[in-house]
Amino acid sequence: MSIDQFKYSRIPPEAEALRGEVRQFLADALKDYPVIRRADSWMGFDEEFSRRLGARGWVGMALPKRYGGSDASPFARYVVIEELLAAGAPVSAHWFADRQSGPQILHFGTDAQRDRHLPAICRGEQYFCIGMSEPNSGSDLASIKTRARREGDKWVVNGQKVWTTNAHRSHYMIALVRTAENSKRQEGLSQFIIDLSLPGITIRPIKDLTGSEHFNEVFLDEVVLGADALIGTEGEGWSQVTAELAFERSGPERFLSSIALIHTLIDAVGRSPDALQAKEIGRLAARLVTLRNMSLSVTSQLAAGENPAWAASCVKDLGAVFEQEIPELAQLLVEIPPTAEGGRDHARVLAYLTQMAPSFSLRGGTREILRGIIARGLGLR
Amino acid sequence: MREIFDSTVERLFVDLVSTDKVLTAETLGWNAELWAALEESGFGLAAVPEEQGGAGATWAELGGVVRLCGRFGLPLPLPETLLANWLLGVCGQEIQAGPLSFAAGGQLTLADGKVSGLAADVPWGRDVPVLMGITAGDAPTLVLLPVEAAATRTLCSNTAAEPRDTFCFEAVQPLLSAPLPTGIPADVLLLGGAMLRSAQIAGALQRILEMTITYANERVQFGKPIGSFQAIQHQIAVLSEHTAASVMGAEAAFAQSAVSLSRLAVASAKVCASEAAGIGASAAHAVHGAIGFTHEHALHLTTRRLWSWRSEFGTLTHWSSELGRALCQGGAALFWPTLVAGHLETPAGASV
Repeated sequence: MSIDQFKYSRIPPEAEALRGEVRQFLADALKDYPVIRRADSWMGFDEEFSRRLGARGWVGMALPKRYGGSDASPFARYVVIEELLAAGAPVSAHWFADRQSGPQILHFGTDAQRDRHLPAICRGEQYFCIGMSEPNSGSDLASIKTRARREGDKWVVNGQKVWTTNAHRSHYMIALVRTAENSKRQEGLSQFIIDLSLPGITIRPIKDLTGSEHFNEVFLDEVVLGADALIGTEGEGWSQVTAELAFERSGPERFLSSIALIHTLIDAVGRSPDALQAKEIGRLAARLVTLRNMSLSVTSQLAAGENPAWAASCVKDLGAVFEQEIPELAQLLVEIPPTAEGGRDHARVLAYLTQMAPSFSLRGGTREILRGIIARGLGLR
Repeated sequence: MREIFDSTVERLFVDLVSTDKVLTAETLGWNAELWAALEESGFGLAAVPEEQGGAGATWAELGGVVRLCGRFGLPLPLPETLLANWLLGVCGQEIQAGPLSFAAGGQLTLADGKVSGLAADVPWGRDVPVLMGITAGDAPTLVLLPVEAAATRTLCSNTAAEPRDTFCFEAVQPLLSAPLPTGIPADVLLLGGAMLRSAQIAGALQRILEMTITYANERVQFGKPIGSFQAIQHQIAVLSEHTAASVMGAEAAFAQSAVSLSRLAVASAKVCASEAAGIGASAAHAVHGAIGFTHEHALHLTTRRLWSWRSEFGTLTHWSSELGRALCQGGAALFWPTLVAGHLETPAGASV
């Protein structure tokens, strides 16, 4: 690691040129979209919207043309996704496929797997969830117990995943499971693309404290998979998973989750802020500008084929602190108490994001795990 | 150019700006020998166009140089000289030999060709022959003033014993006066000063991060290096995150500044750097324990600078309030587009 990894990286003009088009599309597509649903940001699920985006070529756009993508640069994708998030567009349906599963299938998948999944991902029609955590394996991911055993040319999976966002609405789950008997920790793990309509799979949504159902528990009971469900190399699951992490941790979704609340806050404050309001809104803006530059810097490192896992962890941890502070400030800058039902937009968005905020430093790696990774990167043991 | 500048200056500082030199400057003051060596390097004129006698370097190429000044705690106004000469170039004026400084605080007025008023908090003011100011009023004018012509002087030092002096002028004939070109805001010296300090803070944070990692790996308590304790690791992780944020902020500010400095990028950089300075210094001292609180350990050379630099050329409150007012004025719909465009209008009434 090196602090000097954070070089300033300008979005190239050809990628920047997309922005106007995306904004125009969103102005039309979200014309009547309620403010409270914009607060859902990348947790908002809308299949029709995902298909419309797919039709515009904005899902899986970094994938090759022959699989339905547009060979777009990571910066072009960045422009599209940050505009979607800033507008609070419902992108959750295709989000994980676009960010993680698609690139992973391209990278590790067979030709048949690519043909089966990538074109449908790019059309905004095929949705994925990520099966990592288990009831006794949260931060300690390497302790997972879900197992796949070989039977002839089949795999049979038994176990349980939990906190699986969108499992109840996805077509496939890419799951990390143990394939070697009695293997220790990071060894003997493999990844499978599991068709969630198969017999033996039970999915139960878990209500979060806002009352929404984003995540699930997934039970796998003697689920029979074809040999072609394995993705990548048997036993290489851990390194495949960690290769995704820089993509998972550095994107704009790691600091734009609460932007809807900044918007309603500015509306509530009005055009002439008092001294405290001006100071705190400006401070949020300054941090947002800097986080975005850090995230773009990681994007350019990823584009250059580097592995900026350390820098990505910095973005995610700073981003989560930032996102979590927005409701804290919003509730003290204007005299508008949060309302779970009724009330003005600001009050409702405040209520929703105040209750969502604890998850920002849990999902995608907890604060403690990230700080541990950062410290090890600095040479502390 | 960037890599050449960075490596040249780093080598120069490794040779010339030792911890002892920084410490000595705090008690003995101006180090003429060191300044002569710097002047020979030509970096004071780097940002001036070639046809005016400079190196024609862009701010993007000079961000690393200013950051290194902060990292080494250079006890001389090289950043200030760089900025002042750049502004002379922008105004089409001849560059000045020797160290230069400027006043971003106080208030100067120009009447009948003579300058009166206060030039406040001038870095190294007592040590430079000439200081730059911008007069207030409808036609802001760049002036160079002979420091010896001041009617009164108030000598102050910041927490790192760096001179921050205030001068009162009474109808003094400026050495030079030139109207600010269109597009150059009246508070350009404050803005430029904030840009310099944001990079110096970033460099200083890099220094204390290195020192803190080294110390945590060497200091043994309870039978193991303290850096193996999670509580220590997490404090250092936070220090590194804020160091990274301040480096990124400064890099963006320099990269987006050319003939006009990027107000949004500079303000963002100074806000993040000022915040990072406090958090970073606090974490570094926590890890260093009692020895870091003594003159025997070099940590204070950097943390005492951080505690002053964060307040100079506009505090976190100054710049965040300016950003906040402008963004509220634009309304929620323009919030995101403004940040992405990276362009903020100069507020009406911005003045020295």
